[in-house]
Amino acid sequence: MGNIVELKNINKIFGEKIQTQVLFDINIAFEENTFNSIIGESGSGKSTMLNIMGTLDKPTSGEVYIGGKRTDTLNKEDLAVLRNQIIGFIFQFHYLLPEFTAKENVLMPYRIKNYKVPKEIDQWADELLNFVGLSKVANNKATNMSGGQQQRAAIARALINKPRIILADEPTGNLDSETTENVYSILRNINADFNTTFIIITHDQRIAEKTDRIVEVKDGKINLDVRKAEKY
Amino acid sequence: MRLAFSIALRFLKSGKGQTILIALGISVGVAVQIFIGSLIQGLQISLINTTIGSSSHITITSENDSKTIKNWERTMYESAISSPNITYISPSIDGPASINYDNESASVLIRGFLLEDGDKIYKFKDNLYEGRFPAKTGEAMIGKDLAIKSNTRVDDDISLITTSGRVYRIKITGLFDLGVSSVNDSWIVTDLETAGDILSIDGISSVEMQVDEVFAADSIAKDVQYTVSGEDLKVDNWKDLNASLLSGLNGQSVSSYMIQVFVLVSVLLGISSVLAISVVQRSKQIGILKAMGIKDKDASLIFVFQGLMLGVLGAILGVGLGIGLLKMFTTFALNPDGKPVVPIYLNGGFVGLSGLFAVLTSSIASLIPARITSRLNPIEVIKNG
Ligand SMILES: Nc1ncnc2c1ncn2[C@@H]1O[C@H](COP(=O)(O)OP(=O)(O)OP(=O)(O)O)[C@@H](O)[C@H]1O
Ligand SMILES: [Mg+2]
Repeated sequence: MGNIVELKNINKIFGEKIQTQVLFDINIAFEENTFNSIIGESGSGKSTMLNIMGTLDKPTSGEVYIGGKRTDTLNKEDLAVLRNQIIGFIFQFHYLLPEFTAKENVLMPYRIKNYKVPKEIDQWADELLNFVGLSKVANNKATNMSGGQQQRAAIARALINKPRIILADEPTGNLDSETTENVYSILRNINADFNTTFIIITHDQRIAEKTDRIVEVKDGKINLDVRKAEKY
Repeated sequence: MRLAFSIALRFLKSGKGQTILIALGISVGVAVQIFIGSLIQGLQISLINTTIGSSSHITITSENDSKTIKNWERTMYESAISSPNITYISPSIDGPASINYDNESASVLIRGFLLEDGDKIYKFKDNLYEGRFPAKTGEAMIGKDLAIKSNTRVDDDISLITTSGRVYRIKITGLFDLGVSSVNDSWIVTDLETAGDILSIDGISSVEMQVDEVFAADSIAKDVQYTVSGEDLKVDNWKDLNASLLSGLNGQSVSSYMIQVFVLVSVLLGISSVLAISVVQRSKQIGILKAMGIKDKDASLIFVFQGLMLGVLGAILGVGLGIGLLKMFTTFALNPDGKPVVPIYLNGGFVGLSGLFAVLTSSIASLIPARITSRLNPIEVIKNG
């Protein structure tokens, strides 16, 4: 299996006058179609690492590859296209656009690529909403949905362009345990059905244990990297 | 591009209160501009009308010893063909005389015209308040003030005493009121033949003209000067004779422009600051859109479209408001005689231009927020919740 994401000798230093190094010489790769988790203490550098993988942040030094292509040297335009078509993001805070309905939010990444929504994509959006159990609230404004519903809408949104990779930063961070289970089973199903690679930051030990690979970050370094035998 | 437009529209719709407030702000600016502009244009036009509306714009006189134009039919013809801007043209014979009434005497100015042509310039007929227009030689009309002080009525005869001492009886057929006291007080208007007879003038004293573009009178006068062939002819125009009026009007125009520029600037500052605030308010949304892959250019366009739409909305409201204000002003601010205190001049082109300026200003104002948007890094939003 090929690597879909690869970090080579990544260092990240924040600040100009007072410099804090957050990531130290990170080398890690994630294979296609896998379901991975990143764990670690608060402030250890998990989000920073994920944001660098997702091209939202730039490393101070080192190289980032997505689908074998180097991305840390791309210009802003190309990065926008990459984020739109190859990567799906699910953030801890749901980040739906409050001015738009659930379905409009789900369709937004498609419309960024192509303003006119053809029938099959409209149906695909309905399917995704159904998949995450939101058919009933599809036409609700984001502000008229519960936290769990918003999070599930954000998941459907991340999938609309059938990205090859989904980066999720504590996607169930503020959901109750039942909804958390529910969301994870959805993500698992997507991984199985669409061969999408998942990299998920979580604090929840039980969730992490259900993934194929657990990477622990500690003080900006990879401290532990455990793979489940049957998957590899 | 279309996505940016539809997002802009949605943003405006979901912040209705704010949208209406900004649009109102712009529209007040537009309305003030239309109101002040129309008011000042109206003032200037009415001032010019009362000053030169009923008088000669370009006058040809002779500088020879007798001060008369002998070959005047030729001069008239040459003047008429010298410029297409000349609307009315009349020969005139002028000269002083005096009349006696009771125990007093008053000096008067005899003015002889080809009456129908002279009337087009001076509008005697429109302002004839008693009697009729002179129809044959030996008949004349006089102004209101002169009629009152000399106690002259229609169909009275008056005796004119010329500078050479001759006495000439003339019949008054009508009384006019041109609204200019120097004219009302002294003019005795008759035909060319009668005036020539009384004043013993062979030829005419001057050729008088009106033009359609009063402010081009000086350049039209040059065309006339160039075309007429008689010797010793001098061409004057109202602008050269009314320099102080003109500089007054100029000052008024300049101050009107200044007001309009300041209104524009305040609209510009207002819109750009409100739009800048709205970028900050929407920075979360912009961050999400950028994380999802919207291009910087399209993200900026959202705010340009917002500015444009606000400008169009504000311009439409403002034009309505401005015209409404003017209507109210002309309906309620009246003189005792029922005429508006200030005659308003509503110029479609000017109104359109004011609206267009508002749209342009709003679009320019949106460039600052558009720039902020372009620079916004999605990571800032994603990290800080
Ligand atoms: N812009 C910044 N300037 C300075 N330091 C920063 C900046 N952003 C992050 N940091 C620091 O980098 C470290 C890692 O942050 P990061 O958000 O990656 O942690 P995390 O592992 O995701 O923690 P959590 O589990 O709380 O989300 C933290 O100590 C944080 O204070
Ligand atoms: Mg984090």
